[in-house]
Formats: sequence, C-alpha cells, structure tokens
Amino acid sequence: MPVTSSDTMEIRTSDDIVRVRQKVRDLAVGIGLGLVDQTKIVTAASEIARNTLDYGGGGTARVEVIEEGFRRGVRVTFEDEGPGIADVTRAMQDGFTTGGGLGLGLSGAKRLSNEFSIQSAVGVGTRIMIARWKSG
Amino acid sequence: MASPDQARFAALLAADRDRILAAWIGALKAAGTVGQGRITAMEMETQAREMLGHLVAAIGEAGFDAKAPAYGRLRDGLAEISRTRAMQGFSPSETAAFVFSLKRPLHEAIARAEGLDPAAAAEIGVEASVLVDQFGLLTVEAYQKRREEVIIRQQREIAELSTPVVKLWDGVLALPLIGTLDSERTQVVMENLLQSIVDHSAEIAIIDITGVPTVDTLVAQHLLKTVAAARLMGADCIISGIRPQIAQTMVHLGVELNVVSKATLADAFAVALRRIGRTVVPARPAASAQG
Repeated sequence: MPVTSSDTMEIRTSDDIVRVRQKVRDLAVGIGLGLVDQTKIVTAASEIARNTLDYGGGGTARVEVIEEGFRRGVRVTFEDEGPGIADVTRAMQDGFTTGGGLGLGLSGAKRLSNEFSIQSAVGVGTRIMIARWKSG
Repeated sequence: MASPDQARFAALLAADRDRILAAWIGALKAAGTVGQGRITAMEMETQAREMLGHLVAAIGEAGFDAKAPAYGRLRDGLAEISRTRAMQGFSPSETAAFVFSLKRPLHEAIARAEGLDPAAAAEIGVEASVLVDQFGLLTVEAYQKRREEVIIRQQREIAELSTPVVKLWDGVLALPLIGTLDSERTQVVMENLLQSIVDHSAEIAIIDITGVPTVDTLVAQHLLKTVAAARLMGADCIISGIRPQIAQTMVHLGVELNVVSKATLADAFAVALRRIGRTVVPARPAASAQG
C-alpha cells in the first residue's frame, strides 16, 4: 500500500498528545475527510496516544497518508516498549481499565476507526495501528 | 594560574584598554544593535567598559581558563546583560553579537602588542578566540533561559485566564471552556467552578464545550467528575455546545454523559431559566404590529 507522507513523532509528555492530534487533524483535512470522520480519527488517535504515554511509558506515533487505488486515508501507528498488555481480549472490552480511566479508550478507538490492529507482548511493548479511509 | 606570557598580555590589555573599548563599541554600533530605542549608546558603552574590565582582570589572574573563579564576575555580568536583552526584545544573535564583536578588537590588540614573541602571540590569539566563543555561548544560554521563564509564566497565565466562570442570572453560572483540556488546566477549571457555585449560591451551572476541539474519554471523564462534584454541592450542571461531530464521536466511543446536554449555550440558558421559574418575554408587543 503506497504511503504518500509519513511523520514519526515522539510521545513523551501530554503536550506531545496535543501535537499528535494536530498532525492527524492536518492530514485528515488535507485528504478531504469530512468533519465527522476528522473528529473520529483525531479522537481515536488521542485515546491511543494517551495510552502509549500512560501505560506504555511513552513511545512514538507514525502518522501517514496512505493510498489504495483511488482511496486515500490516514493511518497512525503507535509503538511503545512498555510493559505490554497481558490479556488483549480483556483490554478491548468496554469498561476494562487498570488505570482509573473510563475503560473505553481502546474499544472506543476501534469503533472510531475503519481499521484497527493491536499486537502486544508482555515485557516487550505494544503496537497499535488505526486508520480511517475517506469514503467515496 | 596565568602563565608569564598571559600575565604580560593582561598587562598589555590593561594599558591598551581604551583603544580596545573604542574598537569594540565601533563594531557594536556598526552592527546596528545600538539605538532603535531599545538601548542607548551610553548604556552599551557602560556595559562594554565593565565587561572588558572584568575580562582583563580575569586573564591577569587565571589566564584563559573560563571556568576559573576569577571569571565569576564576567559570567554573572554577561548573564545579567543577556537576560535584560531578552526582555528588551533583542534577537539571540544580536545578544551573542555583543560578545562576539569583541573578537576582532582583541586580535588587533594582540597584533599591536609589543614584547610578545610571535609564537606566544599566536597561541594567545587562539586561546582568546576560544574564550570569546565560550562567553558568546553563555550569553545565548542565559538569553534562552530567560525566554523559557517567560513561556512558563505565560502558560500559567493562560491556565488562569482562559477559565472564567460567568454569571448569567441569579443562581445561573456558565463556564465556557476553550482549548485543550489537559489535566492540569481541568483541575483549575473544576476548582474555579466549585468555588463560584459557593460564592454565588448557584443552582445551575452550564458548562459550554463549544471551544473544545477534541472530546476524548479523558475529557469526558473530567466533565463527569466536575458534574458529580457540583451535584454534591447542590448545583445541577447542563453541558452545552456539543457539536454534531462531537456527539457522533462520543456515541462511538461509548461515553455516556448522564447529564442534561444541549447543542447551544442559548438552549441551555433557556432550560436553566425554566428551572428557576423565569420566562423571557418581548419588551413591547407592538413590535409585530408594524409590519
């Protein structure tokens, strides 16, 4: 799948989450995503970025514009080398949290994205990819 | 410790001081940093004279070792000058130029110096350059530090300024939220609102999120906590300014705000007025009769 633009950003402080959000919003506007789709992918990116910071101890976000045929989309890949998630299935359930949040971040981000994948290994780290395509 | 060559050089500098100072000030004036209302030629000259005095004294005492205690007064003096420059609106390069423009006058002084053999003069020339470079960097660092202090202060001011609680009616407060709700600011928001509820004996507080670009689960959680705390104090909250895209996103996220919410602040205010038993009526019924 061709990648037309790619930017890797550090996530070390909560200010970085704001920067990731702004970058995702810029790209989403750039490829012509509608206001609702923009808000969805930005919000999903915000959720996962905060997880990367709070649970993964910081990491990186790769923000990309992707193409497939005539379709274009925004893809964000988050990687951390934190403690990892022991039970991914459970972590994906609504209301499950180990940190005192609402427990909707992961599951909510999945619902807000067209594509979602998660790989995690205890003691190695976590990698989460979200993407949203411009429909039509 | 200063070597004999360095001590001799310091003595030569002291004797040649007025010429060096004149050349230095000439270079500063040529660079255009004097005047323009930010700093007078007099001030610049006083600063240059003072710094040159410290420099000559320090070379005589400690040679070219910039970390030596003898350079303490020069370091402090330059740091203070840089801080002032940052406040006066000088650019970092203009600030550093103050020190760097001393390089040429120093080299000219070395060339003029009598009683130094050429090898020693060359060595002193190199060391003097390194010394000027070090102090040039120091001024940039001090300048940068001052700027950072300004940024931190402004952040605090923004945190306080951007969260005003406004009174709409007796017993009705509004809190227009703007920007990113990171946790530190949310804390300020919450405290301001709860305190205002007490101060105004408010029954209803409207939290308007029109100016919040992204509502994710953390923001939602902060809102819910604020609402719960207000409720404990006997005030009901209404959340307004939920735009269509935010509403759809919150549904997908799975966030439920168990609180009255409205699309606009005007709608929320209407609800609030109804609750406290007020109605808004036209001042003069004749308005429609004109048409």
